[in-house]
Amino acid sequence: MAERSLLLDIRDLQVQFRVYEGLSRVLDGVCLQVREAERVGLAGETGCGKTVTMKAAMGILKSPPAQFPTGEVVLAGKDVLKMSPSEILAMKGKTIAMIFQDPLSSLNPVFTVGQQMFDVIRYGHRRASGGRHPTRAKTKQTAIAALESVRLPDPERTLKMYPLELSGGMRQRALIAMALVNRPRLLVADEPGTALDVTIQAQILELLKALVRDAGIAVLIITHDLGVIREIAERVYIMYAGQVVETGPAAAILDAPQHPYAEGLVASVPRLTGEVLAHGIPGTIPDYTETPSGCRFHPRCDHRMDVCVQRKPLPVETSPGRHVSCHLFNGETRR
Amino acid sequence: MSEPILAVENLSKHFPLRSGLLHRVSGYVKAVDDVTFTVHPGEILGLVGESGSGKSTVAKTIVHLYGATSGRVRFKGRDVSQLDRQTARWYRREVQMVFQDPKSSLNPRRSVSSTLEDPLIIYRLARSRREREVIVRTLLQQVEMSSRYMYKHPSALSGGQRQRVAIARALAVNPSFLVLDEPTSALDVSVQAKLIGLFIRLQEELGLSYLFITHNLSLVRTIATRAAVMYVGKLYELGTVEHLFRYPVHPYTRTLIAAAPVITQAEERVKPTMMSKEGEIPSPVNPPSGCAFHPRCSGAHSRCSEDLPPVVEVAPGHLVRCWRAEELVDPSEGTETRVNSLVS
Amino acid sequence: MSFARHAVEEPADTRWAAFKDRFGRAWYKFGRNRISLAGGAMVLVFVFLASFAHFVTPYPHHAGAYTDFPNAFKPPSAAHWFGTDSLGADVLSRIIFGSQISFMLAGVVLGISVPIGVVLGLLAGYVGGKTETVIMRITDIFLSLPALLMALAICAAFTPSIDKAMLAVASIWWTWHCRLVHGITRSIKTEEFVQASRVLGASPLRIIFKDILPNCASPIIVKITLDAGFVILVGAGLSFLGLGAQPPTEDLGTMISIGSKYLPERWWMTVFPSLAIFAIILGFNLLGDGLRDALAVEEGV
Repeated sequence: MAERSLLLDIRDLQVQFRVYEGLSRVLDGVCLQVREAERVGLAGETGCGKTVTMKAAMGILKSPPAQFPTGEVVLAGKDVLKMSPSEILAMKGKTIAMIFQDPLSSLNPVFTVGQQMFDVIRYGHRRASGGRHPTRAKTKQTAIAALESVRLPDPERTLKMYPLELSGGMRQRALIAMALVNRPRLLVADEPGTALDVTIQAQILELLKALVRDAGIAVLIITHDLGVIREIAERVYIMYAGQVVETGPAAAILDAPQHPYAEGLVASVPRLTGEVLAHGIPGTIPDYTETPSGCRFHPRCDHRMDVCVQRKPLPVETSPGRHVSCHLFNGETRR
Repeated sequence: MSEPILAVENLSKHFPLRSGLLHRVSGYVKAVDDVTFTVHPGEILGLVGESGSGKSTVAKTIVHLYGATSGRVRFKGRDVSQLDRQTARWYRREVQMVFQDPKSSLNPRRSVSSTLEDPLIIYRLARSRREREVIVRTLLQQVEMSSRYMYKHPSALSGGQRQRVAIARALAVNPSFLVLDEPTSALDVSVQAKLIGLFIRLQEELGLSYLFITHNLSLVRTIATRAAVMYVGKLYELGTVEHLFRYPVHPYTRTLIAAAPVITQAEERVKPTMMSKEGEIPSPVNPPSGCAFHPRCSGAHSRCSEDLPPVVEVAPGHLVRCWRAEELVDPSEGTETRVNSLVS
Repeated sequence: MSFARHAVEEPADTRWAAFKDRFGRAWYKFGRNRISLAGGAMVLVFVFLASFAHFVTPYPHHAGAYTDFPNAFKPPSAAHWFGTDSLGADVLSRIIFGSQISFMLAGVVLGISVPIGVVLGLLAGYVGGKTETVIMRITDIFLSLPALLMALAICAAFTPSIDKAMLAVASIWWTWHCRLVHGITRSIKTEEFVQASRVLGASPLRIIFKDILPNCASPIIVKITLDAGFVILVGAGLSFLGLGAQPPTEDLGTMISIGSKYLPERWWMTVFPSLAIFAIILGFNLLGDGLRDALAVEEGV
């Protein structure tokens, strides 16, 4: 298979914020890549920095208070961090589109689904055709086709409804339709399905997989739910405290994680097969204003060595496509 | 089998819907409809379901946040469906609840010690201010929290820590039964694992029984003794977790388990086949007739939309409400299939 | 099992340390907004001036009934920064003493109306049912009447004086706080921590005062700050119309009223008292906005 071209390339990104307690160094050299038509997951728990990474990729981090000491976020060839606001605006919806966690708060409650969809379609058409509006008929046609593609029953009727009249699953589908209607190259999905019931979430994830495959769109899924990762991601980046600790094929990592944090995380997930649950990971996430030296996970790690406190581990390729940032894999004796 | 510690019999909770200028009652939301189950001493009963299933309402009705519309609740043999002053005082010291959302289960304007002292003051469990302070420290220690957090406000605590305080508050009155309404759903997975460990430890140390409500099937499988599946206000299947997960009968149960997000190949293999068509979860305002799952069920026949199936015991302790229960039951479950119509 | 037997003695943060931390954070949030800091400073200055009027004003004896006709109508000068009024008194000094009356008015009115409004709001919000309907309908009636007109009517019904003015304003002001607190109570009633208190068996009184009231405290404080300005304005309006403080009391509104007869040549008699009212209200408004941000409950992790 030919190497697909790189769509999003985050290189060694550092992000920090000025807060009451001092300087909050959130991201510490994050590297992340998404290729065309690839399904990539960014997994981590609350406070790991995945949302900050996502916002940086979309160009929506407010620059004070955010600071970018080093790093680049290259989206379709251009560095987002250096883009002007108008360039970022042009990029939104066309190159990169987003679906948020809570479909209810992402849709404007006082406008019908149709009104919001038409808005998005018109905007996209104007930009693509250099300022021309699409006809009413064409807009409606596009909207109905979009709603059909997300398997909403009776799209014509749905267009006339208000978000509150729809169920959570239907709202999420409508949101996906709106995000994909202008054919973005990259879809960023923030916790898709978390706000939904399990059976509905399963349907939505199936839908996302199919849509993305048919349209050749790349997807970056941001979630704390490893089950969603397994369901929909080909590759995954596991983040902890602003660092990527492990990355590689999703199934391989979930079946046999290597980084101690990833191990602890995977072990903490309750199993349908009913094994006794591990007791989590001792300790808590570090304070970003006083981060641990070297590897940020070392205070909580059972396998801590002296070098872990001194030097930050660099990614090591443990098998093709799989990288772990841990001194255990640097040639030091393992367990 | 020993006497149940909690017995819920034909419990219903209907909320009136008011509409029109005069706020006339136009209908009812049958949030909980004729639900029956028991919890035995020392066991954890998992109550699973999705939105609109009524599981939270059951919990809140049991602790009397809502008054039941009909049905009975018995605790340690005593009828607690109606609470007079004395029974209330006893009941509330026996049965406590831990809520779902760590952001709102603690009063943001009160310090941890203020929140924890409340039950001590209400029930006069301490003779002086100093003694209260001592008890608060002990409670915090019991939930594995440093007493350094005593004077902090919830905004200074993480989600997991707030839930620990909520647990400590529930334990302050020394209960024998805890109703846990999705206590870990809003937490990260590693924090959840720690808290589950705490729940199990507390159960062993203090001899507690739990009604554990969740939508996370893997969690139920891991910690519950028995589980009950609710859908749109009614109970459709109940049994030990081993039987329920290995031999699920009801199409909804199967769909639910099949839809559960899992992370390993081994778990994928044990999933049953989904028995549903694409569809939405009905709202309890206007539930489908007969078996509420029939519109989404790939195995439904005409009777399913007409009449509510009766409860049938397909194996000892394994109860199902399904017209096709006998067909759908796995023949390897139990040596003998006894069919008992218990409630119709 | 008695918990006391398993006591754990451990050195811990004290209540004071935790309080200092919270205060520090609130101060940090407040201080970030330059404008509200300015507002706060303004209010502090005005309150200071009013409190120590006797020692601060250049001509303390000019307050009250003072006449010095030869000195009347003098424009602003080095001796009299804001000029003199129709009776020869120093306008600046009278303004400072006048602000005393304004602050006193605000203090009394809010001191009466806020507790009444808060208690009624809590009751209406928590108890609901008929109590709520009765209280809120009364509130609605009062709220639909313009404050100034109501105060006018009440004042005019009796011999006008400053106390009648204060009572008049207080009698309608409680409704704003009642409505504010009622709204908050209703929304907090359904929060899980209130439910938790109910499950614990707390009495309604305990829930109202220990759970709900603390959550109303911030909005009430912000509202009081913003109200202070508005109450002063209403009070000045009443005096302007002759229904509040009577001359020769040096109320700001009265000063404007008297001075307005001499516009536009002797502008200083109207302009400076007006500016004073403006400045006081502005100060309170800016302070109130800043407090709103600083006191907002932090969203947790």
